[in-house]
Amino acid sequence: MGKGALVRLPLLALLARGPAHGYELKQDLEQLLGSAYPQPNIGQIYVTLGRLEKTGLIEGEEVEQSSRPNKKIYRLTEAGREALNVWFEETADEPRVRDDFFMKLALAPRTGLADQITLINRQRRQYLNTMRALSKLAAAEDRDNRIAHLLIEGAMLHLQADLDWLERCQEELEDTE
Amino acid sequence: MSDRPTPLLRAQGLVKTHHGDGGPVRAVRGVDLSVRQGEFVAVTGPSGAGKSTLLHLLGGLQRPDSGSIHLAGESTDGYSEARWAVKRRKHIGIVFQFFNLVSDLSVADNVELPALLAGVPPKRARARREELLAELSLTGKENSMPGELSGGEQQRVALARALVNHPPLLLADEPAGSLDSKGTREVMRLLSRFHRRGQTIVLVTHDARLASAGDRVISFFDGRIADDAELTSGAPQVRRTGISGVLELKD
Repeated sequence: MGKGALVRLPLLALLARGPAHGYELKQDLEQLLGSAYPQPNIGQIYVTLGRLEKTGLIEGEEVEQSSRPNKKIYRLTEAGREALNVWFEETADEPRVRDDFFMKLALAPRTGLADQITLINRQRRQYLNTMRALSKLAAAEDRDNRIAHLLIEGAMLHLQADLDWLERCQEELEDTE
Repeated sequence: MSDRPTPLLRAQGLVKTHHGDGGPVRAVRGVDLSVRQGEFVAVTGPSGAGKSTLLHLLGGLQRPDSGSIHLAGESTDGYSEARWAVKRRKHIGIVFQFFNLVSDLSVADNVELPALLAGVPPKRARARREELLAELSLTGKENSMPGELSGGEQQRVALARALVNHPPLLLADEPAGSLDSKGTREVMRLLSRFHRRGQTIVLVTHDARLASAGDRVISFFDGRIADDAELTSGAPQVRRTGISGVLELKD
C-alpha cells in the first residue's frame, strides 16, 4: 500500500456515512484528529478526490449553487465500499527502525568522519526536543478529544522506544571503545 | 564565571562505589554538575547507570567517596548526619518512587510533620498544608491514611510534604516509577507547574516523557554524564519539521 493510501482511505471512510463535498471532508478530518495532526490542505484533498473518482471508488456530482461556482458532491461506490472493507481487514505495517540514522551509526567508523557516540547524543537531543513539543501539543489539545490524545500518546511511545534503543546503542558501543 | 550568580547546587568530582556481594560497583565515577536557581534538570539513563545514587549524594542521603557538594555556595564537606537532616527539612525537598509516606499518620499529618519539625507554628503549618492539598487536588483527603489512597494520590501527598517548607531545591527520584500513564502525566503537569513558579528541580527518571518536562536533560551512563543538553522551549516552530516525522499524513 503506497503513501497516498494514508489520505485516500480516510477520505473513503468519511464518505461511508453519506455523500459530502471536499471542504466538508477537510473539516471532518480536522475535527476528528485535532490540531496535533498535520492536516492535508484543501488542494491535496481535491487532488485525492479526483484520483479516487478516476479509479471508480467514488463518484462525483456537480451541484449548482445560486451565487457561487458549482460544488461537487462525492459518494462512495460499491467498489469504494469494497476497498474500505479490504482496508479494515488488513493489519497495518509495523513502524520501522529509523533507517537513515541507523546507516549513519553503522557506517561512521568506516569513514572516520563521525563519532558514533556524538551521533547518538545529537539524535537523542532531537528526540527529546520532539518529545517536549509533543508534551506541549498534548497540553494544548482539547481534553475531550480522545482520538487526538491517543494519537499524540502513540507518537510519544514510539519516541520513547527510539530513545530506549539509542540507550542500548550507547551501552553497546561505549564498551567497545 | 565570577560575575555569574552562585549556582544553587554545585557538585565537583563526585565518586561513589557500592561494595556489595557481587564485588564493587562504581555507581558514580567523577561527576561535575552545576544547577542554577530556577532550573529544571532531568537526569535520565538506563537502570543501573547510577542516577539514583547521584541524586542520593546530592541530597546527602549517601556520602561520596570523594568530591564535594556546595549548596548555594556553602560547602557541605563537614556536614554531620544531623546537619544534612536539617538541610533536607528546610532547603531540600525529596520525593521518591515509592512515596515513603508514614503509613500510620493521616495525609494531613504527613504533610504538616516536616513543617512542625522545622519549627513552623502549628497554625501556619496547617495553613500551608491546606493550601498545598488544595493546589494538588487533595482537599477532602486530609483524614485519609496513605494506604487508602491511589498511587497517584500518594505521590501528590509526598510532593506536598516535600514542598511544605518551601525548599529552594526539589529532588525527585523516579517520582512516576510506580505510577500508570495517567499518574505519570499528572506528576509531569505538577512538576512543570511548580517549575514555572520558580521551583528549582532535579529529577531522575528513565521515562523520556517525564524527562522532556525539564529544560535541561542530562544523559547518565555508567556513572558518568554522557550528554548535557538544553531543550528548546518552542513548540510551534518545531511542529512542521520535528513532529511531522512522527505524526504525518502524507499524500
